[in-house]
Amino acid sequence: MSTPSAPATSATEEVAHAAVDLSTSIGSFHLPAPTMTASGCAAAGAELAPYLDLSALGAVVTKSVLREPRSGRATPRMAETPSGMLNSIGLQGPGIDAFLEHDLPVLAQAGARVVVSIAGGDPEEFGELAGRLAALGPDSPVGAIEVNISCPNVANRGLVFACDPGASRAVLEAVSGAVASAASASGHPALPVLAKLSPDVTDLVAVARACTDGGATGLTAINTTLGMVIDPVTLRPQLAGVTGGTSGPAIRPIAVRCIWQLTAAKRAGVLPDVPVVGAGGVASGADALQLIAVGACAVQVGTATFADPSAPARVARELEAELARRGVARLADVIGIAHEPGRGPR
Amino acid sequence: MSSPVSWPAGVQEAAEVVSARPVGAYTHLVLRAPEAARRAQPGQFVACGTGDSGMLLRRSLSLHAADPEAGTLEVVVAAAGPGTRLLAAKRPGDVVSTTAPLGRPFPLPAPGTPAVVIGGGYGAAPLPWLARVLTTGGSRVVGIVGAASADRLLGTSAVDDATALDGIADAVVVTTDDGSLGAPGRVTDALPEVLLELSELGEPAVYACGPMPMLRSVHTTTREVLGERAQTWLAVEESMACGVGVCMTCVLPVVDLDDDDTPTRMLRACTAGPVFDGDALRWDAIGAAPHLRGGALVPDDAVGAPVVGRAGGH
Ligand SMILES: Cc1cc2nc3c(=O)[nH]c(=O)nc-3n(C[C@H](O)[C@H](O)[C@H](O)COP(=O)(O)OP(=O)(O)OC[C@H]3O[C@@H](n4cnc5c(N)ncnc54)[C@H](O)[C@@H]3O)c2cc1C
Ligand SMILES: Cc1cc2nc3c(=O)[nH]c(=O)nc-3n(C[C@H](O)[C@H](O)[C@H](O)COP(=O)(O)O)c2cc1C
Ligand code: FES
Repeated sequence: MSTPSAPATSATEEVAHAAVDLSTSIGSFHLPAPTMTASGCAAAGAELAPYLDLSALGAVVTKSVLREPRSGRATPRMAETPSGMLNSIGLQGPGIDAFLEHDLPVLAQAGARVVVSIAGGDPEEFGELAGRLAALGPDSPVGAIEVNISCPNVANRGLVFACDPGASRAVLEAVSGAVASAASASGHPALPVLAKLSPDVTDLVAVARACTDGGATGLTAINTTLGMVIDPVTLRPQLAGVTGGTSGPAIRPIAVRCIWQLTAAKRAGVLPDVPVVGAGGVASGADALQLIAVGACAVQVGTATFADPSAPARVARELEAELARRGVARLADVIGIAHEPGRGPR
Repeated sequence: MSSPVSWPAGVQEAAEVVSARPVGAYTHLVLRAPEAARRAQPGQFVACGTGDSGMLLRRSLSLHAADPEAGTLEVVVAAAGPGTRLLAAKRPGDVVSTTAPLGRPFPLPAPGTPAVVIGGGYGAAPLPWLARVLTTGGSRVVGIVGAASADRLLGTSAVDDATALDGIADAVVVTTDDGSLGAPGRVTDALPEVLLELSELGEPAVYACGPMPMLRSVHTTTREVLGERAQTWLAVEESMACGVGVCMTCVLPVVDLDDDDTPTRMLRACTAGPVFDGDALRWDAIGAAPHLRGGALVPDDAVGAPVVGRAGGH
């Protein structure tokens, strides 16, 4: 993790503020800044308000919301690993009714743009949640829906949707169908729908393609990757949930590889040209720039927030300094630049 | 920045180590964190970075003291694993990244309420500060500090004057499991007598900080000795990834005592705690699976508990 040295950083930042256009967009959803929180790493979002200005973030991505309240799993729910951690939370949350009644108004009040992450046990649950969110209309702070397909499919022995192109497509069809009918009923543009991909698949592009075929208008890559830790004393799994999702800088190379593959597939015409939001191990502006260089148009900051609750805002400032130092005037100029040998700043 | 959350929020400060000295088996650190020092109250904690870039997560430490004039926070660190080993090895001039003060402080009783403050091992760290606040409020305060052995004691002048309850509490009882200092036995062996003595002055308030089995035993003993009387305030030590309420790793099953339906919810120890009413903790689910060291199960009747056959997600 970077520990910014005060005088040098603030000098660079001042130059950067004047110089770099950091705005970006995900379809019709315009973001003044390219960093977001990551789902499950900022709770409802309000928790971070004492540490950063929620309205200055690109967006707040909420903890995945389900139809019903959910207690989550037993504890221990986490284990620290080298440059990362495992978590096994079990989607603890209040359910969509309480989310809409209590959590969303607080984010609206704070002036935040919101990406609501949704999860469910079957496509119908996803569709219902998307319909409720899409019906809120353009006055709500919700700018996009992120579909957490890395959750278990009740109909298929709990195999996660994201590991099965057919199941992923079915979820995205339910979500995009609900979003489209809300849009045609209201006459407002449809909410962008991001499918959040798992790296734990053999053919990432095939799953991504199934999602866009199902109606996803964007992709988020990546969710956590499955891991396990054995307690040195009991020699049993340390997490109550046995396995957990690995996150943090340890998985950054996997995120960079996945975003590279998706972008390469778009450039080859194998995948439609949808925006990709990057996530995985971002703790600094330099980290964010890696994900952007391989094709991410915006970046989520997850686990780094646990160590530094101001991280999502700090990463944007550091990214600005990284770009300014390279003489880059617009973030848009470096998105996917790693795919273009010979182009770009030196 | 105004806070839309209902719990005390911390501030982030790069805190210089002002002093570091051994106290028994522990290290007493004084950290310069002026903003946190202005706001802190007994029972709150500080989340400290270890300084190792490969060790992402902060370590939570109870505040031993806060001095608003000097702008300092004090902690007592037990070198348990790799992160606390690094913290215990900090030297004056080192800088520790801090977020503090976090969590809800010990609730204070009506002025003059007799109180017992109990600490196990480094769990005694917040007690002298708490005892000072209680005696200032007119409480008679008895301290009980215990540990497995003398070198793991804290809070008694037999180990160290600067971190001791002596001279602050009206009386201090010391216990060690091996009898190497004070009375042989556990803190809860000494508790009944103290409770009975204090209850002659009024219904006592019980404050405890230490490992979960000790907290359970403090709660059980208090109920055995005084029935439904006496409120127990227990500062828990759950495994925390963030300390600021965003990760949901630190939850405990807690009953809502203010609601007639008394529903149980998995509440975050870092924002709803670390101090809980002993009657609100679901002791049947805490520590119920021995292979999950320090873990808690989700009671079947908890809000949103898994329905048989329904799989979870992460
Ligand atoms: C509210 C609170 C107050 C505390 N006060 C003190 C204190 O005053 N003095 C002191 O020495 N210790 C205190 N602890 C315990 C201390 O935080 C842990 O011993 C420490 O986090 C373990 O880190 P490690 O590097 O030694 O172990 P590791 O096993 O390497 O820790 C790995 C990860 O698990 C977390 N973790 C592991 N055990 C615990 C635990 N018992 N509690 C919380 N997180 C844990 C760590 O934060 C870290 O993220 C307190 C804990 C809490 C929650
Ligand atoms: C504690 C924790 C909880 C998470 N919960 C969710 C979740 O509810 N929904 C989801 O889509 N991703 C969830 N994630 C995954 C993150 O959003 C992110 O994709 C992943 O952690 C990689 O990014 P990072 O390395 O920056 O954390 C969670 C991650 C962590 C660490
Ligand atoms: S430690 Fe993260 S929510 Fe409590």
